[in-house]
Amino acid sequence: MLYEVFIRSQHGVAHKHVGSLHAPDAEIAMNNARDIFTRRNEGISIWVVPSEAITASAPGDKQPLFDPAQTKVYRHPGFFKVPPEVKNI
Amino acid sequence: MASVTQSSLADAAFQARLDEGIKVEPRDPMPDAYRKTLIRQISQHAHSEIVGQLPEGNWINRAPTLQRKAILLAKVQDECGHGLYLYCAAETLGVGRAQLIDDLLTGKAKYSSIFNYPTLTWADIGAVGWLVDGAAIMNQIPLCRCSYGPYSRAMIRICKEESFHQRQGFDILVKLSQGTAEQKAMAQDALNRWWWPSLMMFGPPDVASAHSAQSMAWKIKLISNDGLRQKFIDQTVPQADYLGLRVPDEQLKWNEERGHYDIGPIPWEEFNQVIRGHGPCNRDRLETRRRAHEEGAWVRAALDAHAAKHAGE
Repeated sequence: MLYEVFIRSQHGVAHKHVGSLHAPDAEIAMNNARDIFTRRNEGISIWVVPSEAITASAPGDKQPLFDPAQTKVYRHPGFFKVPPEVKNI
Repeated sequence: MASVTQSSLADAAFQARLDEGIKVEPRDPMPDAYRKTLIRQISQHAHSEIVGQLPEGNWINRAPTLQRKAILLAKVQDECGHGLYLYCAAETLGVGRAQLIDDLLTGKAKYSSIFNYPTLTWADIGAVGWLVDGAAIMNQIPLCRCSYGPYSRAMIRICKEESFHQRQGFDILVKLSQGTAEQKAMAQDALNRWWWPSLMMFGPPDVASAHSAQSMAWKIKLISNDGLRQKFIDQTVPQADYLGLRVPDEQLKWNEERGHYDIGPIPWEEFNQVIRGHGPCNRDRLETRRRAHEEGAWVRAALDAHAAKHAGE
């Protein structure tokens, strides 16, 4: 079975996807993930998730999913010009 | 007695981990009181984001230009998203969202008292962004470092988005204060009404704050109410000066010795009244929220039916 591996690099931050591996069950996937992805002390916590449990958007859907955000530049604080003499805003 | 000793040993071990700066994650053991305090705080915070949409929603179809309308719509959408991030963070502590929402609708759970004030004019939308979101950011930035992982990560995302909210508010007031005498008066009136409630957003004075000491030991709260309030005042007064608006406090004065502004007495009696449910809009806000929940019942039912159908496939 294919597993996706996520590693938390330090306390408090979110787990980040680092790669995939094959394993017969979750426990062995965990051990393999430790062996393969944390040889250099990369993490303090590992998640393994069966790949089939992940529902992903298709790369082909990129335009309809993300293009609408591009016309809304005002969502970014930089859109509003703050006068140079005004601080802390 | 043995169990008491054991639980206090566990509490000490927990505290030692916090003191080392180790974040608490959902599956880690944690004292029951820590869990309960966090559920209360995170859900109150979530409720505030959700109820906070109401005073602004009031102006979406009355914004003065199409662009201002699109911006306000985007902002209100963000508030909704913030509420959802926070409900999710609360859910990692083992409480169900339906329960949290029920607590809001029955009046058992609180939300920030600031949202019980009305937005009477377009300038109020400016004041809400500049002052209310400004105060919220000041409260929330330290929370990005709080001890509970899911909460701190939600706060990092929220703070990034809040900056847009504060700036769009200030931008509205810049425009109004550079406008006609009538527009400037409108901006001044908004500042007059929102100034004191904004200062109250930081909570009661430290001497009267019941949970502060424990929350600080648990690193759920990192800076005291009065400390944050002072910082907010010091940053905001010069911004009001730039706008050419007068902060409605006769006793406001720069204190050279302290390096801070001194202010007059905060009207805490008003704050207590609003918290007790007697603010200008308390009933109206909850009623609107309840009605929205009831009118959305068919959507929830449809989603459940859809999920049940697909589970059987």
